[in-house]
Amino acid sequence: MASDGKSVGKGVGTSVGDGRLGRLLVPAVPFLWLGALFLAPVAIVLKIALSDATIAQPPYLPVFDWSEGWTAILDALGALDIENFALLTEDPLYWRAALSSLRIAAISTVLLLLLGYPMAYAMAKAPEKLRPVLVMLVILPFWTSFLIRVYAWIGILKPEGLLSALLLHLGLIDEPLAIMNTETAVFVGIVYSYLPFMVLPLYATLEKLDATLLEAAEDLGCPPWKAFWRITVPLSLPGVAAGALLCFIPIVGEYVIPELLGGSDTLMLGKTLSDEFFKNRDWPLASAVAIVLLVIVVGPIMVYRDIETRRMERAR
Amino acid sequence: MTAAAEGRKRDTLAIGAVRRNFAPWADPAAVPLIRFEKVTKRFGEATAVEDLSLDIYEREFFCLLGPSGCGKTTLMRILAGFEEPTSGRVTLAGRDLIGVPPYRRPANMMFQSYALFPHMSVEKNIAFGLEQEKLPKGEIAARVAEMLRLVQLEPFARRRPDQLSGGQRQRVALARALAKRPKVLLLDEPLDALDKKLREETQFELMDLQVKLGMTFLVVTHDQEEAMTMADRIAVMDRGRIVQVATPGEIYEQPATRYVAEFIGDVNILEGRIGQGEGGRWHIAAPEAPRGLLVDGGGDGVAPGRQVAVALRPEKLRLLQDEPAPGTPNVLAGEVWDIGYLGDWTIYLVKLASGRTIRVSRANATRFVERPITWEDKVFVTFAPEAGVILTR
Ligand SMILES: Nc1ncnc2c1ncn2[C@@H]1O[C@H](COP(=O)(O)OP(=O)(O)OP(=O)(O)O)[C@@H](O)[C@H]1O
Ligand SMILES: [Mg+2]
Repeated sequence: MASDGKSVGKGVGTSVGDGRLGRLLVPAVPFLWLGALFLAPVAIVLKIALSDATIAQPPYLPVFDWSEGWTAILDALGALDIENFALLTEDPLYWRAALSSLRIAAISTVLLLLLGYPMAYAMAKAPEKLRPVLVMLVILPFWTSFLIRVYAWIGILKPEGLLSALLLHLGLIDEPLAIMNTETAVFVGIVYSYLPFMVLPLYATLEKLDATLLEAAEDLGCPPWKAFWRITVPLSLPGVAAGALLCFIPIVGEYVIPELLGGSDTLMLGKTLSDEFFKNRDWPLASAVAIVLLVIVVGPIMVYRDIETRRMERAR
Repeated sequence: MTAAAEGRKRDTLAIGAVRRNFAPWADPAAVPLIRFEKVTKRFGEATAVEDLSLDIYEREFFCLLGPSGCGKTTLMRILAGFEEPTSGRVTLAGRDLIGVPPYRRPANMMFQSYALFPHMSVEKNIAFGLEQEKLPKGEIAARVAEMLRLVQLEPFARRRPDQLSGGQRQRVALARALAKRPKVLLLDEPLDALDKKLREETQFELMDLQVKLGMTFLVVTHDQEEAMTMADRIAVMDRGRIVQVATPGEIYEQPATRYVAEFIGDVNILEGRIGQGEGGRWHIAAPEAPRGLLVDGGGDGVAPGRQVAVALRPEKLRLLQDEPAPGTPNVLAGEVWDIGYLGDWTIYLVKLASGRTIRVSRANATRFVERPITWEDKVFVTFAPEAGVILTR
């Protein structure tokens, strides 16, 4: 009897254990992925950010030398400090770059929304057969290199470029456009490059919107233009949030567009980072900038996640 | 008796009084509230509504009944303004509705899918239509409260639609459409999502409300029992056309065509040829009734020699175990093929020599029967001349 009970207990124990292992294994995969490809690099960057710059290979101190044993590692750890972060707060250049990045990202996001919403709305209202074609057209630019597309804008925006020529020809302007290497050019480049990221999530929510809701509103005495504000806009807010964050977050760290289209006075964190890294060879300071950038965008990402979970809960 | 129950009883009495004397369609001087005049609606090649004319009177509870795809929703959407007819005229209270947008029409619709605004609470949903009228805040609040009380949803005022059951949602949709006190309320299969019991309760609630609020209801349904229960008049539709408009009783007892007879309730159809007339009755030679049929009345087009159908309702047939006296007409001989015991009723399926089965229903008025009829018994189905309806179409 007793032995019976024991064997039964054992059997149950192993089967539970197996189940638990299986259940742990599945979520372990994304965690390993996250650990190897996100947390480890961030830890390395953070370590470099806490080091001091030097003229050597690699250009920072201390370097962990695993062959010297534990004491050496501990010494090296002791040599880390937050001097670089302190510098970032002291030098107004970095403050200005951070604020300017946020400002450019915010303005770009608003412009993207103003342009993207009508586009997505028109796509969602288009005849059903036409919609996949329109989605294809929005995605089409991705088939050519991002860099080439930004270069193409130089050809369009420069004073002797296509846009200038066209406007001069039409007699709308008297002298060549001077928007190349200004913030305006940066906005043009950003809005152009990020438009699909705004349009697609907006389109996804607008297309799913139940058309009978608008009929119901109209039936209750609400003219269509008012129904747009009372029904369509509120119900598409999750799409607005998704699109806005999907654009805002990468724009804050944008480097290529301000580098190619912006002027020397266009300050952005991505550009500052690259300058520190390549021009000044100050890896630790560049790393510190990278960490600050990360911290800045983590906020909006959390907000986005929060919106998404709440939306999922509501859908249930 | 509680005060509420007493109040309810008084209401019901009032409804009886209102409904008993209500028949504006029979009054040649009455002016209809809604008129469809030769309305046709085509979607590309397909015709959803064809050359349809229909009058609906004020305070009428009107049901559109028909199989799926016969154009019921389309007709309702034409009245609400979501579809423009391809040709024809629609007037409401004498006003031509063609070209008037939905938001300016004095009709409100309860949608087949309810179409509640998911981002608004129950309260806000109900208030939506009132806000469009720019009523003062206090009045809106009062009306919303009144509507919530009416549909018994006061405890759920702050909930969002996704936090309600199907039946509760249906009530919100009803309250939202009622809140504006429209001249006409359009209900597209309003009780489709409810289970049988709740459905029956709600049918009576709707009838109650309609009388209490003095509104005109146009209800779409494909459930004939529902239509029979609620409606003052029913329009039976078939492929975009109206086949018959009449009170539930007339539709059931005097169907205009074979289609109507078969669509509403159960019916047995016998085919035959009209013989000679006899005091408002016709002798009909039917192969399945060797003794011939003798049936009352019949409308236009009934003349000797004409091929007709005779519709017989199962509950108007009698089942005999002994052969009726020779010479009596209306006798069908057969064998009991199947019996369905429903508690209140028993359904007998009698197979004739021709192979056709006749459906006979019998009320179980007593608990015990001396000689119960069972499977494979030889039986005779008979009926009175006034039980049959002669149909020429
Ligand atoms: N927008 C439309 N485009 C094309 N055809 C349509 C459209 N709306 C309805 N129809 C067609 O018109 C006919 C009538 O449709 P309707 O929706 O009025 O039927 P219904 O009687 O309400 O049916 P159900 O009981 O299934 O709701 C159908 O054959 C349908 O396919
Ligand atoms: Mg329908």
